[in-house]
Amino acid sequence: MSEGLVHLLQLLVSGVVTGGIYALVAMGFVVVYKATHVINFATGEFMMLGAFFAWTAMSALSAPFAVALVAALLASALLGMATERLVLRPLLGQRTISVIMVTIGLAAIFKGLAQIVWSGDYRSYPAIFPRAPIALGPLLLPSRQFYPFLIALAAIALVGLGFRFTRTGTAMRATADDQMAAFGMGIDIRRVFSLSWSLAAMTAAVAGVVVGIIGGISPQLGAIGLRTFPVVILGGLDSIGGALLGGVVIGVLENLAGGYVDPLLDGASLKEVVPFVVLVLTLMVRPYGLFGTREVERL
Amino acid sequence: MLIGNYKETYAADEAILRTPATRVWTVVALGAALAFPFLAGDYLLYLVNLMGVLAIGALGLNILIGFTGQISLGHAAFMGIGAYGTAILASRFGLPFWITIPAGGALACAGGMVVGVPSLRVKGLYLAIATLAAQVILEWVFTNWTSVTGGIRGINVAPASILGFPLDTDTRIYFLILGVAVLHFVLATNLRRSRWGRAFVAVRDRDVAAEIVGVNLFRTKILSFMVSSYYAGIAGGLWVYFTKVLTPENFPLSLSIQFLAIVIVGGLGSIPGTVYGTVFMTLVPEMLKAGTGLVRGVWPDAQSYLFPLRDVVFGLLIVVFLIFEPHGLAEVWNRVKRFFSLWPFAK
Amino acid sequence: MAEIPVATTEDRDILCVEGLSLSFGGLAALTAVDLSVRAGSITGIIGPNGAGKTSLLNCISGFYKPQSGRVSFDGRDVSRVAPDRRAALGIGRTFQNVALFEGMSVLDNVKLGAHARLRSGILATMAMTPGARREEMRLREEVENEVLDFLEMEHLRHRTVGSLAYGLQKRVDLARALAMRPRVLLLDEPVAGMNEEETEDMARFILDVQEERGVTVVLIEHDMGVVMDLCDRIAVLSFGERIALGTPAEIACHPEVIRAYLGEEAA
Repeated sequence: MSEGLVHLLQLLVSGVVTGGIYALVAMGFVVVYKATHVINFATGEFMMLGAFFAWTAMSALSAPFAVALVAALLASALLGMATERLVLRPLLGQRTISVIMVTIGLAAIFKGLAQIVWSGDYRSYPAIFPRAPIALGPLLLPSRQFYPFLIALAAIALVGLGFRFTRTGTAMRATADDQMAAFGMGIDIRRVFSLSWSLAAMTAAVAGVVVGIIGGISPQLGAIGLRTFPVVILGGLDSIGGALLGGVVIGVLENLAGGYVDPLLDGASLKEVVPFVVLVLTLMVRPYGLFGTREVERL
Repeated sequence: MLIGNYKETYAADEAILRTPATRVWTVVALGAALAFPFLAGDYLLYLVNLMGVLAIGALGLNILIGFTGQISLGHAAFMGIGAYGTAILASRFGLPFWITIPAGGALACAGGMVVGVPSLRVKGLYLAIATLAAQVILEWVFTNWTSVTGGIRGINVAPASILGFPLDTDTRIYFLILGVAVLHFVLATNLRRSRWGRAFVAVRDRDVAAEIVGVNLFRTKILSFMVSSYYAGIAGGLWVYFTKVLTPENFPLSLSIQFLAIVIVGGLGSIPGTVYGTVFMTLVPEMLKAGTGLVRGVWPDAQSYLFPLRDVVFGLLIVVFLIFEPHGLAEVWNRVKRFFSLWPFAK
Repeated sequence: MAEIPVATTEDRDILCVEGLSLSFGGLAALTAVDLSVRAGSITGIIGPNGAGKTSLLNCISGFYKPQSGRVSFDGRDVSRVAPDRRAALGIGRTFQNVALFEGMSVLDNVKLGAHARLRSGILATMAMTPGARREEMRLREEVENEVLDFLEMEHLRHRTVGSLAYGLQKRVDLARALAMRPRVLLLDEPVAGMNEEETEDMARFILDVQEERGVTVVLIEHDMGVVMDLCDRIAVLSFGERIALGTPAEIACHPEVIRAYLGEEAA
């Protein structure tokens, strides 16, 4: 196989890995949007905190990875619930923009606190997986990309299936379709909101851990959260399938740009902005995304 | 309650300064503003200049968020467009400030149109995300379009000058900032009381009803966003003449969020609230600096936490004001005024 | 009484609804509804809750896009015209649950009704050019003379709408619609939730609007007294279909109406 082809495949594979992570974050995001119609601008900060929770469990308490992951999930679930209870519930019934702005405030708080608690330094997890790279045909995938990717896939499957097939998931989807009707059916909407936020925080935590394993942990890790907005807009704000596809498309595109365009630019990195360029194009061409529903408003 | 405030004509009732008291206070405030730079110390003057620039930008954001109910997360980047427009026209073409600053505003306004048209076609929420994209893309452009923006080395700009008289000190630039700020506050006040100001608020309060009584939602939102971006651009242009050097890191996402905090803390939709918010939010980091200085004895590292602490405090202020005082400092101030106008006869 | 000039119903349809069908996710709200409204008349739309009355008004004012059928106004097909343009053409509207702009004063709410017929551009208003200033002052006088004085609410002009009692809010809603200078005025339950005195005031206002200004009125109302007194013609909707159309006297003894609607009250 030619060197060029291998290079292309390599880029595609790391694109899919990146895309898997985007898709995972995007799912947490879509879950909150579907249930509460809030765009959560603190998604990236939930990721970052999840990553730090797991790191603290592993390095300070020297817990094994699996235990640390579960601990991070629990802590994130609590954080998500607390956020919903303390910050979002008082704003229930307020205009959506107030709620969105509150999530921006939250993001600033979380980021600042993380910097105070864990400092701004880069950290990495103690070795978790076998170091040997994984051979996929002619390609060698570094183990610290391969295993985290598997975790991301498992989490995506879990969240997707749970949303589809469990009672709670059904309640969430019903609330998303029609809040008043769901309320009339005896669904406890506040519980659904609370669950959506904790589910979103947990999904974000897994994504944070995955990103942390691949690229290290710092309070800046949340910046990746911002890159999921293009993913969800491309996929359609309220579509889980769209989040998956959008994640992969954007992950692949940005890796291709990084592999082929960036070397031609003098020090600039197009890779950084590719998702946002896709976002702008999406808004121009197909504003409701690939799978999003057009909203019908009623008087 | 205003007593003895009977109006003879509708024109008198529509005037901005409706009572003798407000007219007197306005004159007093203007007098104080003119005397200020000769009385204040260097650092205070620097802070007030900074507040003047930020207040213009924040006013633009308040027109968008407070009047019209739409969010922008790219306000700093639009300020950047105005700043680069102004700086390039001034440094390369040697144009005077009274051309470069409005041109910067116009450029930012055009940028607003480019970002606003596709996103506002969809739904208000999308503007938040599109402006976020604009923030990221524009920061990237400022950094990487080296031939135009000078990249990370930036652009140096000669001081503004009036008839050969250079505005090269903080005292001199103060008067330019003051003049531009007063002008733009008057423009915004006029706007608020006009058919467009009413349409903005109507779109915010009930967009569906607004449309059915004859307001074109898309046109109204895009106009609001363009005005908002224009204000950001003007603030950017002033920034250039204030700091005289322009680099890409002047306009980060965190500045956009600071603008957001100013508007929320000051009072959504309140023009005077924008001033209160700007003053308050500019003083917060100063107070933090003073605070960490005080505890240095017991906590020597405090200084190094200044930046994260600032983030936390900004975030907390946004959250706390939205939940507990959604009309911001403007409403707090109104309560204080009401209390004293009746005091001691009632409470 | 013959010497008193009374606006006569013209022999011309100003508003025409033909074969209008509307459904939400497969649920039919309106089925092939026809309705023609004579210029200068007062037409009532009655029917049980959920019969599709408000949906019909929403289709006329352009807020809902029906799946089929057309709406024409003054001989022109407006089916593809956006709601704000229909307002500008002369279709005014009040709302069932008063959709006012609560943070604004009564005066600003009413002035907003005139938005579409004002001409000042945004730059002119910001600079408050003489032209923009003149337009604003003329608007103020118009609103005072034609609307606030007429509806007896000058004393409320600077009150914030949110602080007014419900009956007054409904009056502000009507005032805003009148400021649009509509040729057809759609009223969605104008007297709902009002006491007897407020109801009488409102009925008088509606009659005055029709008689003095020649405005065509289409109203939805549950108060049968008001409907029978005011309307020249009444259309009856039931489960999204128009089951009857006629004068108040005809409607009162229409067998299907009695079964579908009045029967419900008699029971």
